[in-house]
Amino acid sequence: MRRDVAIVSWASFETPSEPARNEVEMLLPVIQEALGNVGMTQQDIGFTVSGSSDYLQGFPFAFVGALDAVGAWPPIRESHVEMDGAFALYEAVNVLQEEGIDTALVYAFARPSRGELDRTLALQLDPYAVAPLWPDARGLAGLQAQAMKDSGRYPQLLGAGHEVPPTVVADGAVAVVLAVGDRARELTKTPAWIRGIDHRIEPPALGVRDLTTSASTTAAAAKAGATGVDAAWLHVPYPHQELVLRAALSLVDQPVYSAAGPVMVGGLAQLAAAAAGVAGGKARRAVAHATSGPCLQQNLVAVLEGGDAA
Amino acid sequence: MTAVPEVLVAEHAIEYTYTRSTGPIIGAFLTGLRDKQIKGIRAIDGRVIVPPVEYDPVTSDDLHELVDVGDAGVVTTWSWNATPVAGQPLDRPFAWALVRLDGADTGMLAAVDAGDEAQMHTGMRVRARWADGRVGSIRDLLCFELEGDLA
Amino acid sequence: MTEPVTMVETPIRLDYSYTPGVASSRFLRSLEHGQIVGQRCPRCLKVYMPPRGACSMCGVATDEEIVLDGKGTVTTFCVTNVPSPGLTPPYVTAWIRLDGADITSMFLIQECDPAEVRLGMRVEPVWVDESERQPNLGNIRYYRPTGEPDAPYDDYKDYV
Ligand SMILES: [Zn+2]
Repeated sequence: MRRDVAIVSWASFETPSEPARNEVEMLLPVIQEALGNVGMTQQDIGFTVSGSSDYLQGFPFAFVGALDAVGAWPPIRESHVEMDGAFALYEAVNVLQEEGIDTALVYAFARPSRGELDRTLALQLDPYAVAPLWPDARGLAGLQAQAMKDSGRYPQLLGAGHEVPPTVVADGAVAVVLAVGDRARELTKTPAWIRGIDHRIEPPALGVRDLTTSASTTAAAAKAGATGVDAAWLHVPYPHQELVLRAALSLVDQPVYSAAGPVMVGGLAQLAAAAAGVAGGKARRAVAHATSGPCLQQNLVAVLEGGDAA
Repeated sequence: MTAVPEVLVAEHAIEYTYTRSTGPIIGAFLTGLRDKQIKGIRAIDGRVIVPPVEYDPVTSDDLHELVDVGDAGVVTTWSWNATPVAGQPLDRPFAWALVRLDGADTGMLAAVDAGDEAQMHTGMRVRARWADGRVGSIRDLLCFELEGDLA
Repeated sequence: MTEPVTMVETPIRLDYSYTPGVASSRFLRSLEHGQIVGQRCPRCLKVYMPPRGACSMCGVATDEEIVLDGKGTVTTFCVTNVPSPGLTPPYVTAWIRLDGADITSMFLIQECDPAEVRLGMRVEPVWVDESERQPNLGNIRYYRPTGEPDAPYDDYKDYV
């Protein structure tokens, strides 16, 4: 990266079910907290990008409505990905390479408690040969868990108590503020510098993939330079996936903090948690991970460091 | 803020039928299903991929060589679905499985009507059960059923 | 059925228990009681009707509730001459700026010759019977002229 980018602030909210507030009402205090932590307002932000899925909310262009929580007037430079917010952060890091854009707001939100998450996620599958069967997300995760058991490489999964639990249904929002170089140092004493970031995707057909490894995580980690880390924050929708990710990232005895989090939110929340870990001295050099798609189809890996930028 | 009002809830469905063009490769696969013939495609590395894909998953090259495969094969992994949800192939408990058909090198996702989780194991043989009134859809292949056991 | 398959239909259906949020719930409940409740932005002081709990221009929560009396001014309108379910042409749809609100809302105008409808016309809501009210905007059957003098252009020029 030509310009050093750091996570300088974050805020998040998560609950099993948010029955009263809508997405905007849930998101607004989270964004205000993230901006307020570093004394900023939306007017100070050079680029805004979000991650969410309208299928979770149940109406089209819901992601546009969510801009109510930002205050998009006068008009702002803004973008959206129909993915976890971690992939929106990847876009922001790239946009921040441009001269003249020194700050970015990245946010994600979801309220899957209002719908049928296990069915909704089927709509991200091949629309000809897979989605018409309406595979539930947990069922697909179960194919991966069984393949891992059969491989003989994951004895931890054998025996009772290792059934794949139900898909985590949680509502929530997360917001992260990024800044470049000296701007980041102005905003906080403890920027979490993004030393490397990359994401890779595997073929959509489950049968073509080796579900017992994560080739895309390994490839993204190599590109991001994810070696020599002393802690890891992993985005783990189902518990067995932590084992695949540990292997793919060659983690040995480093502390590993795993969480699922709300769909579309959990990955960015793990990047924020890693930034908090680095800023708080829990780790000097951390790897943060986010995933999207069935059975860890797509994976993002970022390396975060405290201390001053090189 | 004034007190939160009693939350209003409205049951709400989003329903839409997408009409998709298939292209020649998926079209040939679905045409085959209508005639109870499952087709795969030969990848650059020689593997036969089922269902067929238009591009090589490793090299991204265009793929063209369609290959007929059997309608029976081996379960390469599976998971038990005790509580089927709307739209799934069966409305009673069944197994999701990747089935590597005879003559294929990759597993295809399908339901296995095994009746009981205890019937399921990796390596078991299963055979296609076809729907009546096939129209050229993945749903023409209703599910797989137990054929016997090679394990 | 011998032609090759070139198209496929893939129906989808997802079910939701939709909840509209705190601000919208309060608004919809107010309609049930024959009231129209908007919200004022604490920063730019604009009044939203319907309220959404946030000012989309300022990005701040809108906590303060403002009860509107429902009367308003036509800021633009359209006479429709093709039939629509439940509506007999010609009928009039208008954007109306409710008194005290800073955004316009769309309603039908009835009890009035379409040729009479004009910018600046003063109108009021006709509610369904109290016994039939639900928490939705269907409680307002339509708007009709109040007979007041037209509003001067300066009153609504920012909303046209
Ligand atoms: Zn405002």
